[in-house]
Amino acid sequence: MSSDLRDLYQEVILDHSKKPRNFHAMPDPDRKAEGYNPLCGDRETVFLDLEGEVLKDVSFQGAGCAISTASASMMTESVKGKTRAEADALFERFHDLITGKPEAAGSPDLGKLTVFSGVREYPVRVKCATLPWHTLKAALDGEGAPVSTESEGPAAESGGA
Amino acid sequence: MSTAVREAAVAYDVARIRRDFPILATEVYGKPLVYLDNAASAQKPLAVIDAERDVYEKCYANIHRGVHWLSVHATDAYDAAREKTRRFMNAREAHEILFLRGTTEAVNLVAQTYGRAHVGAGDEILITGLEHHSNIVPWQMLCEEKGARLSVVPLDETGDIDLDVLERMLTPRTKLVSVAHLSNALGTILPVKRIAALAHARGIPVLVDGAQAIPRMPVDVQDLDCDFYAFSSHKIYGPTGVGVLYGKTALLEAMPPWQGGGDMIRSVTFEKTTFNALPYKFEAGTPNIAGGIAFGAALDYVSAIGLDRIAAHEHDLLAYATGKVSAIDGLTIIGTAREKAGVLSFVLDGVHPHDIGTVLDREGIAIRTGHHCAQPVMDRYGLPATARASFGLYNTRGEVDALVAAIHKVIGMFR
Repeated sequence: MSSDLRDLYQEVILDHSKKPRNFHAMPDPDRKAEGYNPLCGDRETVFLDLEGEVLKDVSFQGAGCAISTASASMMTESVKGKTRAEADALFERFHDLITGKPEAAGSPDLGKLTVFSGVREYPVRVKCATLPWHTLKAALDGEGAPVSTESEGPAAESGGA
Repeated sequence: MSTAVREAAVAYDVARIRRDFPILATEVYGKPLVYLDNAASAQKPLAVIDAERDVYEKCYANIHRGVHWLSVHATDAYDAAREKTRRFMNAREAHEILFLRGTTEAVNLVAQTYGRAHVGAGDEILITGLEHHSNIVPWQMLCEEKGARLSVVPLDETGDIDLDVLERMLTPRTKLVSVAHLSNALGTILPVKRIAALAHARGIPVLVDGAQAIPRMPVDVQDLDCDFYAFSSHKIYGPTGVGVLYGKTALLEAMPPWQGGGDMIRSVTFEKTTFNALPYKFEAGTPNIAGGIAFGAALDYVSAIGLDRIAAHEHDLLAYATGKVSAIDGLTIIGTAREKAGVLSFVLDGVHPHDIGTVLDREGIAIRTGHHCAQPVMDRYGLPATARASFGLYNTRGEVDALVAAIHKVIGMFR
């Protein structure tokens, strides 16, 4: 693998994409939401159990590329046990990381999620990494409609053949 | 025949052809560009690039308007491109060639003029399961407006249709048949001549979406006997923003105009407007003049090589590539119809097409990944997406080898 591809597909990412964690449906979730990326056809459903403001349990299901699957898997691990506000702040910091924005003051520690920093060199793949986070947000907000990555930036696949 | 011409007729000199396309010398991440996304859009030869620049440098003015020298010359060049198009697809008359923005606009024009005039509540429009969104959505919009129904001839496992099934789906309510000549997602060639014969036996007109076929096989609209044939310049090595709708004179004459404006009128008063003759009735406003002229240069370019020779070259590449990738463990070709051209869609066990695309890109190889604007085709196979390599007249067996090596690299990474 060339060195820059390794920046994107880090070992941890490949590991999570092949063996995603918390990869199952919840029989009776407090919240769930579906996310869709029309660029690559990825679909992911995020399931949530809440205890007050705390994300007691998070899982996901679906089919996606290595980046979106690994992102979903690592997201579920990172946000479990956090409050809604903490999860929101984590997404904001994560989004800044993968779009190459500088760290804002008082940002939370991303921990293992920093392995996604390579995504910033692949702008067309940003949506893959953010799909599960947008879906989690929709689940938290209790939005019924499926979320689409196309709210983020220009449509990646609107025409051509 | 001179010796040079005779030699050219024998050898397909791909190295020489490649030198006509400046972009093919590009390096991507330090590697030579391997451009295998021709079904999305083809690259442009110098002859086309020069032709467009020449218009702006030497003979640009608005057409069909001025008495001045520049306007006359620009008009002549634009009209010449229309005549080249007529000859290229063997239409009877140059006025049967409408210059539009592309295939999409051509299909929409037929839907909004012929369609709105002839399709009513309870009527049917027949398409197939392999259509591009641009040959689905305009008909859905029309059906929605008129209370008509869209019938879809199903695809078999290979990505082909059964003509007997198509024939049975032609009913007394069928008002139009609209089919692709060549599938952009699967590479299937549809027998449009036989489809036209079946439809005509019932008095139903046929539109052929030729976007993918036009750069890949000789097209003779009189032989096919289709009523409409639509395609885009950019897929046949010409500029973007130019497209063609061929229509039989009688149909075009009877159709109401579409967009109103300049050039499409004969006389205008506030009480009444009389419309211009064909083709101008359907060409309101100033067109893409330089693009249209350069499109003519693209037709000259491919005609000089010969569509039959291009078809043979691409057939060889597709057969070679099909053999090579079939041998790759865990790779499945999507679209295995008996008659195919130019397009090789595939999926890899355990690897998402998007990841294939990213890894290949870093090897300098441009392919398309996604649903190829043919989501119903993807649904037919239960896939979110495929990876697609599509060939052009300048591709080589060496590039196919590079593709195969890169796929092995992908497998090494993700398995």
